[in-house]
Amino acid sequence: MHSDYITGSLSTTAGNVPRISTAWSVNDILNTVRIRWAIGRMNYKVEPGLYAVGNPDNDSEVFVTCNFKLTFDHVRKALSGMNSWVLILNTKGINVWCAAGKGTFGTKELISRVTKLDLSKIVTHRRLIVPQLGATGVSAHEVKEQTGFRVIYGPVRAADISEFMHNGMKATREMRSVEFPVWERMKLIPVELSYGRYYLFLVPALFILLSGLNRHGYSLDLAFANGLRSAFNLLVAYLAGLAVTPMLLPWIPFRRFALKGLLVGWVAALALYLLHMTGSGWVETVSWFLMIGGLSSFLAMNFTGSTTFTSLSGVQKEMKTALPVQIAIAALGVVLWVISKFLSV
Amino acid sequence: MNGLVYLSNVVTLELDQAKCNGCLMCTIVCPHNVFEIVGKKAVIMKRDLCMECGACDKNCREHAISVRSGVGCAAGIINGILRGTEPSCDCSSSGNCC
Repeated sequence: MHSDYITGSLSTTAGNVPRISTAWSVNDILNTVRIRWAIGRMNYKVEPGLYAVGNPDNDSEVFVTCNFKLTFDHVRKALSGMNSWVLILNTKGINVWCAAGKGTFGTKELISRVTKLDLSKIVTHRRLIVPQLGATGVSAHEVKEQTGFRVIYGPVRAADISEFMHNGMKATREMRSVEFPVWERMKLIPVELSYGRYYLFLVPALFILLSGLNRHGYSLDLAFANGLRSAFNLLVAYLAGLAVTPMLLPWIPFRRFALKGLLVGWVAALALYLLHMTGSGWVETVSWFLMIGGLSSFLAMNFTGSTTFTSLSGVQKEMKTALPVQIAIAALGVVLWVISKFLSV
Repeated sequence: MNGLVYLSNVVTLELDQAKCNGCLMCTIVCPHNVFEIVGKKAVIMKRDLCMECGACDKNCREHAISVRSGVGCAAGIINGILRGTEPSCDCSSSGNCC
C-alpha cells in the first residue's frame, strides 16, 4: 500500500483517525503519470474510512469521496489549510462518477460508513459534503432519513472546494457544470491508446505475415516491404480514431461519433494515398480506405464511453446502424486487400 | 458547451410537473443544467443535453422525474450484448474501464 500521505493520527471520541498530508510527494506525481497510461490503474486505491486534514473538531466539515487514489490526491490537495474530515467510500478504486453510475459510490455504502464509523459522535453537526457527480448513486433524501445527515452537493471539481466554502457552501453554475475541454480530452488519450495495446501488435503482425502472399506463392521480401507499410497504415487508422478524433471532437462535423471517426479516417487515408502508402493498384487503395475508415469509425464510437455528454439511448441508436456498417466495410476492405495481393506481381 | 452536443430527441428523461414541489434538487445535481425552475416548478429546458446519468431521478423525493439511466458507452453496450446483460462498463477482466 502507498501510505506516505499519512502523517500521523488524531484521537477522537470514536477512536483514532489517521491524519493525511495535503501535499503531493514525488511518488504521487510519478504515479499520477503512470495511472494516466493505464498501468496498474485498476489497483490504485486508498483504504476506505475516515481521515483527518489538519486539526478538525466536532464542527468541521466532512468531505465524502471515493477510494481511487488519483481522486483522493486531488481532494486532499484541495483541502490544504482547511481543518476537515475526509470520508472515503469503498468504490473499489473507481472514480466518483463511474462508481456512482455502478452504485458503489451510493446511498447504501454512504449510510453504512456513516453508521459504522459513529460519525454522529465525531461531529455534532449533521452535514456531509458529497461531490455533485456522486449524485448519480446517492439519494440525498434517503441518506437524511436513515442517518440524520443532510447531503450537501459540492462542486464537480475538487479544485473548486475552497471557493465553494467561501461561497457559503453554494456551488455556482460553473462549479456544477461538466465541460469536456480539449486538455481534458487529451489527458484521456494515453489511456485510450493503452487499452488497445495487444491489438496494436497483433493485427499489424498478421498483416505483415499476409503481405508475403502473391500469385506465385509466398515471398518474405514482399512480407517485409509491404508488411511494414501495412502496419504503418493500421497505426494511422488507430491514431485517427483514438487520438485525433477525441482531440478535435467538437470541431469535426456530425454528431455521431461513428461519422466523426469515419471522416477523420478517410482524411488520413487520403493523406496516405497522396504519400503513395496505399499500394499501386486501385483495389488495394480502395481496400485501405475501407479498412482505415471502418477501424477509425469503430474506435471513435468507443470513445463515447469516455465522454461526459453521451447518453445510453443515443449511443444505442448510433450503434444500431454504425456497428454493422463498420464491420461490413472493414471486412470488405480485408477481402479486397487479400485479393489485391494476387493481382499485383 | 462548444459543440459538444450528442444526438437530438433520443433521451428517456421524463418530468411529471404535477408532482414537482420546486425543491431545486434536480437543478443542483444535473451536470448539464438541463433543468430550470420556472414559477416554482422544474422545467426541462435543454433535453438534448441530458446524458441519462440518473442523478435527478435518484434525488427527486417526489418521484417526479424518471429516466432510464446507464452508461453511454459503445464498449459497454457491446459488452452487454456479448454477455447477455445490461450495458455495463464493468470490464474488470480486461482492465478496460472508465
